[in-house]
Amino acid sequence: MNFLNFLVAGVSLGSIYAIIALGYTMVYGIAKMLNFAHGDVIMIGAYVAFFSINSQSLPPVVAVLLAMAICTLLGVMIEYLAYRPLRNATSLAVLITAIGVSFFLQNFALIRWGSSPKNFPTVVPFGKITLFGGDLIISGEAITTILTCLLVMVLLTTFTQKTKMGKAMRAVSEDKAAAQLMGINVNYTISITFAIGSALAAIAGVLLCSMYPLLNPTTGAMPGIKAFTAAVFGGIGSIPGAMIGGILLGIIEIFGKAYISNQLSDAIVFAVLIVVLLVKPTGLMGKKIRVKV
Amino acid sequence: MKLLRNHRAGLDGFINYGLVLVFYFIMQFLQNGGNLTSTFTSQLVPICVYMIMAISLNLVVGISGELSLGHAGFMSVGAFSGVVASASLMESVSSAPLRLALAILIGGIVAALAGVLIGIPVLRLNGDYLAIVTLAFGEIIKNVINCLYVGLDNAGLHISIKSAEALGMDTAGKLLINGPIGAAGVTRISSFFSAIVLLLITLFVVQNLIHSRSGRAIMAIRDNRIAAESTGLNIIKYKMMAFVTSAAFAGMAGTLYALNLSTVVAKKFDFNTSILVLVFVVLGGLGNLRGSMIAAALLTILPELLREYQEYRMLVYSIILILVMLITNNDTLKDMKQRAVMKIKTVLNGSNKSTKAKQAGGAES
Amino acid sequence: MNKTKLVNLPSDYQIPERDSDKTPILEARHLGIDFGGLTAVDNFNMAIGRTEIAGLIGPNGAGKTTVFNLLTKVYQPTRGTILLDSKDTAGMNTEQVNRAGIARTFQNIRLFDKLTVEENVKVGLHNSTLYNMFDGILRTPRYWSKEKVAHERALELLSIFDMQGMANQKAGSLPYGAQRRLEIVRALGTNPSLLLLDEPAAGMNPSETAELMDNIQKIRDTFMIAIMLIEHDMSLVMNICEGIAVLNYGKIIAKGTPEEIQANPAVIEAYLGKQKEDE
Repeated sequence: MNFLNFLVAGVSLGSIYAIIALGYTMVYGIAKMLNFAHGDVIMIGAYVAFFSINSQSLPPVVAVLLAMAICTLLGVMIEYLAYRPLRNATSLAVLITAIGVSFFLQNFALIRWGSSPKNFPTVVPFGKITLFGGDLIISGEAITTILTCLLVMVLLTTFTQKTKMGKAMRAVSEDKAAAQLMGINVNYTISITFAIGSALAAIAGVLLCSMYPLLNPTTGAMPGIKAFTAAVFGGIGSIPGAMIGGILLGIIEIFGKAYISNQLSDAIVFAVLIVVLLVKPTGLMGKKIRVKV
Repeated sequence: MKLLRNHRAGLDGFINYGLVLVFYFIMQFLQNGGNLTSTFTSQLVPICVYMIMAISLNLVVGISGELSLGHAGFMSVGAFSGVVASASLMESVSSAPLRLALAILIGGIVAALAGVLIGIPVLRLNGDYLAIVTLAFGEIIKNVINCLYVGLDNAGLHISIKSAEALGMDTAGKLLINGPIGAAGVTRISSFFSAIVLLLITLFVVQNLIHSRSGRAIMAIRDNRIAAESTGLNIIKYKMMAFVTSAAFAGMAGTLYALNLSTVVAKKFDFNTSILVLVFVVLGGLGNLRGSMIAAALLTILPELLREYQEYRMLVYSIILILVMLITNNDTLKDMKQRAVMKIKTVLNGSNKSTKAKQAGGAES
Repeated sequence: MNKTKLVNLPSDYQIPERDSDKTPILEARHLGIDFGGLTAVDNFNMAIGRTEIAGLIGPNGAGKTTVFNLLTKVYQPTRGTILLDSKDTAGMNTEQVNRAGIARTFQNIRLFDKLTVEENVKVGLHNSTLYNMFDGILRTPRYWSKEKVAHERALELLSIFDMQGMANQKAGSLPYGAQRRLEIVRALGTNPSLLLLDEPAAGMNPSETAELMDNIQKIRDTFMIAIMLIEHDMSLVMNICEGIAVLNYGKIIAKGTPEEIQANPAVIEAYLGKQKEDE
């Protein structure tokens, strides 16, 4: 039954990656940029939730909502101040700016909240489920994470497929100039994308810290990088791709840790990513784009 | 005109050598006069190391046009193989400079091999995918070296990725790389002089490569891959050439860096270090080697200069980085900057012209 | 208008009479490509004589550029064979096809923008400027001598279009017409036996076009190579092309001399539509 326990752990870790990866993939799909600061928005979200619960004694649900609101605001602000002025610049320039924003957020957190890790309280109101006479234990955090991930997936798919804004997003990601000619406000659409991605980052931050309760200014960095590779793994720009990529990555990481080597688990994750990209250079669900000659 | 142009490319190169030499002599002068703080002195080798890193990464990002996010990985490979090489040669090569040179050479070769190994799959990919795979390789290298144990005894080198005990060395054995603890007790044989020499060699190789047929091919592929293919260029060959040369110099810089410290850990060469070097390259200007060197030097010293602001220095650093990117890349701000420069120029020229006009007038009359 | 006579080959393709003592430089047989379910080019058959100037015309979207992309292996053909100098090019990639003798220009100009004009041509001369990486780094005598030859050759080629004076300008900063001409010079640098020109006169004014016409003929006469061009400017096509193929919806609908093409009802229909539908 160890196998099942590992699987559950993998899927729940993967669900967190998936939620983060959605933020990366949506922004990449629409603004064609790698938003390296996304991982740090996660960290900010977690800090906001932490202080709402610990210092203000707010109920966890309110804390999560507050974190989402602040991250949404932060995401839109970052886009407006740092990325929008560079809309016509090279992707490399935008990437470096994103790195600058990432450094800024990390160091802001360092100065504001210090480098010593905070012990994150759980936000999950219910306990673990024990199955098969104790052989399979599913923690409340795992259940919440997996359910949240599913809910996010359903809502986001419905949003992009059914609503006017969602269609505008898909149009902008397909062809920015054509979308603009069709009367779509590109800047507004991109802002909304950042808003959604950052709100998701806040959720991911809270879930991540509920599962691994140590919070410090670099908490978001590594999960950010991994979620980003998950997005690429699934095919960057694709929402179901980010989902599948994230969950697979979580499973691979946990199984790698359990069965191969605890220390080499990251290397295994990245090695699998490379193999996938070599076999299918646009990721699992990515579209192939033909260059017009 | 023609001659002038050809000489200009050469002249440009010589200016770079000159700058390096001037830097060396000024630092020597200050050091001898006791005008250099000890922290600054300790930064001299790292400054050169980062200049070499920036030049070599510029070959990939600026000249070859491929975004690499794992350059520190090659530095790491060079650092640890250099440490092992230096320790292994301790008995047989007694001259420290010669041992350093050999260690750097070995570090470069091993990193170049890693470059070949990584380049074969990576260079088939395009754009952002290539970036993410180089990132992945950087993380893999860090992770693997973090679990690497290397020991040396009378029977030779022992390597394991499990534990120090698994090496099975005899009692006289010495642990060179101890997993996550890294390499401790490294004999420090790097010097500012050797760093300057390696920097000059790097400049020499990269500059001459760029101004040869191979360099033209590399840049042609960057500017237009399909046209380059249709002009009969072997895309993979030239991308590999840039990538592997770059990896080799990053490896050599890594050896130099490691042999300047008594303790080296794999964590030092992480994603942040790769990004740091990328920042030097972008701020210095893509394809601009002098810019890379200057940016590397300034940004390595900057945090030291901001030391009095202690905790705020990295925050200031990040704000400077964002502002510089905005000013150099935003159309409106670029225009404003250009107009300001023009204005200054016209003001300066204006005074120049009026004096010239006077002189010309004087000559006529 | 020139009066070249076309003769039939045993394979039933036509080439100019003066080239008929040698095998054609290019022979495309039943060439075709599908994109997904869409057939972009189908059953493309054509031969080009060794010193022929051939034209490929047709309405927009007929698949003309796709034919060039097939010949140069930018796209791998789904069907058919391409014989270059009687050798099958199956399994070759774009680079190898160029080395085997096909050079081209592009409809949407593809220069090496950040390199100078001279460097662009020198990239064309790459495979005849033979020294290795170490000669380049160490600046051996071989480096200097080969570079000198390349420099002189580049200026010589640029002089075809009187462009020596621009040698040190960045290619990306050239005016449009000069960029088109530079693409031709770069292609010539690779020493091709067949030169493919994709809309060489696009965006040029009538006097520039007339000059280009002279230059295309001059290139053929100096280098004694075959030239195939895609062009919408009918005066250019009818004046300098000896054999013309007309493409519509990916298929050849007519082949022949300019006179034959101009009189062909199928061609008139493809360009103007059926008279009845118009009414």
